[in-house]
Amino acid sequence: MRVLVTGATSLLGRTTVAALLARGDTVSTMQRSPSGLDTTEFIGSINDAAVVDSAVAGQEAVIHLAAKVDIVGDWDEYITTNVEGTSTVLAAARANGVKRFVYVSSPSVAHSGDSIMGAAAEPADPDKTRGHYSTSKAMAEQVALAASSPDMPVLAIRPHLVIGVGDTQLVGRIADRARAGRLPLIGSGLALVDTTWVDNAADALVAAVDRAPSLGGRALVVSNGEPRTVHELIARITMALGIEWSPRSVPRSVAIGAGSIIERVWDRTDRSGEPPMTAFGAEQLSTAHWFDQTETRRALGWKPQVSLAEGFEQLAAHRT
Amino acid sequence: MTTGPTAAARLPPGDLEGLDPTWSRLVSVPTDDTVRTFHVLDTMPEGDPDLTVLCVHGNPSWSYLWRKLLAALPTGTRGVAIDHLDMGFSERTGTVRRLGDRIDDLCELTESLGINGPVVTVAHDWGGPISLGWAQRHLPQLRGVVLTNTAVHQPEEAPAPAVIRAARSRGALHRATVDTMTFINGAFVMSHPRPPPEIRRGFLAPYETPERRHAIEMFVRDVPLEDGHPTGPVLDGVAGGLSLLANTPTLLLWGSRDLVFSDLYLHDLEARLPHAEVHRWAHAGHFVTEDADVAGAVVDWLTTLPGDDAAADRSSNTLDAPVSETEPLETTTLLRAVSDSARADTLAIKEMTGAGRSISFGALETRIERTAGGLRSIGVNPRDRVALMIPPGIDLAVAVYSCWRMGAVAVLVDGGLGPKQMGAALKAANPSYLIGIPKALAAKRTLRWPGQPISSVPLSTAPRRLLGAESDLESIASVGGSDVRLPGLDSDAAVVFTSGSTGPSKGVRYTHRQIGAQRDALMSLYDISADDRLVAAFAPFALYGPAMGITSVVPDMDVSAPGTLDAASLAAAADAIDATMVFASPAAIANLIRTEADIADEHRAKLANIKTLLSAGAPVRASLLREARSIFPNAVAHTPYGMTEVLPVASISLPELDEVGPGDGVCVGFPVAGIEVMIRPIDAHGELVAEDTGTPGILGEVIVSAPHARTGYDRLWHTTHLASQPSGWHATGDVGQLDDSGRLWIGGRLAHLIVTDHGVLAPVRIEKAIESIEGVAAAAAVGVGPVGTQQLVIVLERDEPARTSRLAPLALIDDIRAICEDVDVVAVLEVPKLPVDRRHNSKIDRTAIAAWAGNALRGGTLGTP
Repeated sequence: MRVLVTGATSLLGRTTVAALLARGDTVSTMQRSPSGLDTTEFIGSINDAAVVDSAVAGQEAVIHLAAKVDIVGDWDEYITTNVEGTSTVLAAARANGVKRFVYVSSPSVAHSGDSIMGAAAEPADPDKTRGHYSTSKAMAEQVALAASSPDMPVLAIRPHLVIGVGDTQLVGRIADRARAGRLPLIGSGLALVDTTWVDNAADALVAAVDRAPSLGGRALVVSNGEPRTVHELIARITMALGIEWSPRSVPRSVAIGAGSIIERVWDRTDRSGEPPMTAFGAEQLSTAHWFDQTETRRALGWKPQVSLAEGFEQLAAHRT
Repeated sequence: MTTGPTAAARLPPGDLEGLDPTWSRLVSVPTDDTVRTFHVLDTMPEGDPDLTVLCVHGNPSWSYLWRKLLAALPTGTRGVAIDHLDMGFSERTGTVRRLGDRIDDLCELTESLGINGPVVTVAHDWGGPISLGWAQRHLPQLRGVVLTNTAVHQPEEAPAPAVIRAARSRGALHRATVDTMTFINGAFVMSHPRPPPEIRRGFLAPYETPERRHAIEMFVRDVPLEDGHPTGPVLDGVAGGLSLLANTPTLLLWGSRDLVFSDLYLHDLEARLPHAEVHRWAHAGHFVTEDADVAGAVVDWLTTLPGDDAAADRSSNTLDAPVSETEPLETTTLLRAVSDSARADTLAIKEMTGAGRSISFGALETRIERTAGGLRSIGVNPRDRVALMIPPGIDLAVAVYSCWRMGAVAVLVDGGLGPKQMGAALKAANPSYLIGIPKALAAKRTLRWPGQPISSVPLSTAPRRLLGAESDLESIASVGGSDVRLPGLDSDAAVVFTSGSTGPSKGVRYTHRQIGAQRDALMSLYDISADDRLVAAFAPFALYGPAMGITSVVPDMDVSAPGTLDAASLAAAADAIDATMVFASPAAIANLIRTEADIADEHRAKLANIKTLLSAGAPVRASLLREARSIFPNAVAHTPYGMTEVLPVASISLPELDEVGPGDGVCVGFPVAGIEVMIRPIDAHGELVAEDTGTPGILGEVIVSAPHARTGYDRLWHTTHLASQPSGWHATGDVGQLDDSGRLWIGGRLAHLIVTDHGVLAPVRIEKAIESIEGVAAAAAVGVGPVGTQQLVIVLERDEPARTSRLAPLALIDDIRAICEDVDVVAVLEVPKLPVDRRHNSKIDRTAIAAWAGNALRGGTLGTP
């Protein structure tokens, strides 16, 4: 299959491209700067209709990963990249007869920061979300799913907290903070949080391309289905990286008030650019976020191949 | 006479929460020499129903009250809920309508509605007397009567409800009922919890303006509180007419937190309708239909009504109520062993507490005979309930067996429940008398427990006055009495309240036959003969020594706190009677092992004579019994499995436990002789499905049928009904399976099943595996998250307990994940101490742990479970 991946420079983007290539797909990528991947590359902004059009031409499927995941910047920038950019890619895909469209979304499009325990994917709702990133992603998901048609089914995949080897964002930041002795737990550190090992997330996107014809208009949360306490996640990652870390707790209220550093690391659901630094980052870190995976696994015919334990082993094996 | 505003009947707004607008209709009825229009809810205006359920509301409400019941009725059953004239959306006639008028109205209305077939009436509040008036005039078509929080009579001992008296005071009534919404809103204050706004809107919809509320005042004025009230004779007629319903199936559904119709009115109705089934919800208020599952109870009860042939048969000879003569107690009596003259000089009970009293069987029998006679003489009647709050020993035995001798029903409330639950239990059971030690009588006085107080010990004048106890067991025995008849074998013998691991304690009813069967089952199971002598360190069985005809000793301990039994006390008790058997809870045995060093040398030799060690009350660990061997070197340890409702169900010995080895849960052995055990399978979603089975290897709820199983739960008809399917069986609430050899394995409580997205997990197997890890003292396997996608969480206590609750060390988490290889353990938390139930001090409280873990893993405050 001929597949275009936008925003392919992120960890998830690169891993997805590799997974597509491994099974023999013809892959093109599109991003603002060269990715170094061994694929046909289109360089430019997703708001540039002409570049987008040339990238999409001849593709059977599009995996749309490109997004502004920053913590700074005006609301207008989020609208431009996340909402208008998605509209541009959708329009070009439809015009060029693309048959499948996978929009990479975020679980944060459907919730307000309350704890989530075993929930299914609720509809995206920009009125509930907090922060420019989540709100613009929610709007973009609505736009994407509304564009779903029998000719071009559109499916939204929401990977939850992607981690993996070579992840400079999450794993890298935990390493940096832990080494500097600046990685406290917020509250008890016992909130259960879903994560997704990057290879599993990439597999899910590939499965989404395959299953898109029967899943048009749907949104699915993807995770490893192995929720862990925040405490255990940090302990496992630092142990894998060979970093001494002992838990030290910061009261939840203090963390929320001060906008603790680690929230930068943790409150993120997409993997390119900077994670959003929002006021409720600490809340996110100290409240449970795990999802019912039954329907996702059934619909995608997918399940994680790399367990978290295996993931941490990979992390340890690759430590430098 | 026209005294109030008039207005035509109309239909309610179409958008009231829970109300199907298609049910609403207006019906014109010739009455008052004119035509009046009623609003009714009618689920089946056309067609030929098998049964009509006629629902009658009270004041201040309207047919909206019955919306949930109407929605729940089965196909073929017509639901009709009426609005009285001047109430709800019926016509505002401007007339004064008293009880008699309203009964007439209802009769005219049902005629206009063409309700000619079988009818069950359902009523609330002052709808009760109205519906009963209707019922008494329609006996041939009456199939059943349901009453909820109502009254037909002012009980002598109760002044009129304070709320009604206050409302009736001059001036206040009109203000409360008509000028303002006080009376209507007041009714909601009595709902627990307060109904949500959309439901309140539904109730208030017909009463928005003072003109529409006129009849609310008139209804209150029609309560005949004073002599000469015109409604007085009508209400008396309704009350007197209840005898006509002696053979009509009757269900009383009650919310006991009702400031108007308190439990007193329930008990008044129970006395007038002794055949009635009763379900009382302790938490529910006046609007019991809002606070409890009245609809579910009524619908299930309808399925129990006899068919029409039986009904026709019954209505033809309504007054010829056959009183079932049951087999007299006589020869199979529980007292037979006590009264065995050949053993008159044998020691019956020895107390190690206090002065160390003892009593022979002969003396015990004499005391029981005299006390039973005395109880009759002071006015205790057969079937009266007598609560007994006396620690195990001679006085308790005398009190229990005297009650049984003369036919009173012993109410036994476990002291381990704590004052609040004990009070709730006593209020539910409503004993006429309470025999207790002074401490219990003082608590009764302070906490206003029901029952006329009787002291278990003689009291001097001052405390007697203070406690209000006119008599005591000794003075009653000295009064004596003759010609005391034995009760029937199938009459109630006891209502037993024990601590549940789930929810408030329920009273479990036993007949004499069932208690006798329990005694026989235990004696044959453990080969107990007259030569045995029992150390009774386990509350329920401290009582049974005399009935088994064996000598028993009560060790020096607080039986309601089993962990207080120490080895020295036990050894002294065993020595005192040269015991052959010990019955103690696992917590007591654990404490024996801890304190083993304190056993005096001369007592230790006597412990070698113990041949049987029984332990029950919670899952017993084989390791515990193995450790106990050093104390009881020659005893075979057995653990009976069962529950307050039926014990024993099965039993296993320690050698047998060792032989079967580890497996799926805890092996509780073969079902005992005379008992049937079946499994009700559970599907992957945790739902009970399919037919009950005896096939090995199928996980499901354990259900049992036994001659010694309970009759039912006291004043909890619906609970009993749900736990008794099929009839005569008891659903234990335990989950387990049978193995190929027919042994039963228990996996935990049905309520504690962990329902993941790939099937159901029973906690016990997992816990046992984890408890085998070095350093783990105890573990609880619980689920967090919504049923169907729950995650497995382990909460454990280590041999070196953590000082605060926290995530377990990673190495331990790894070990546990390795053990539970087929299922993901999302978190392992360690706590300083796992909570256990108060009574047995050994049953892990998984419900509390699951709630705690769920909160902690949500990110809530940590604390300890």
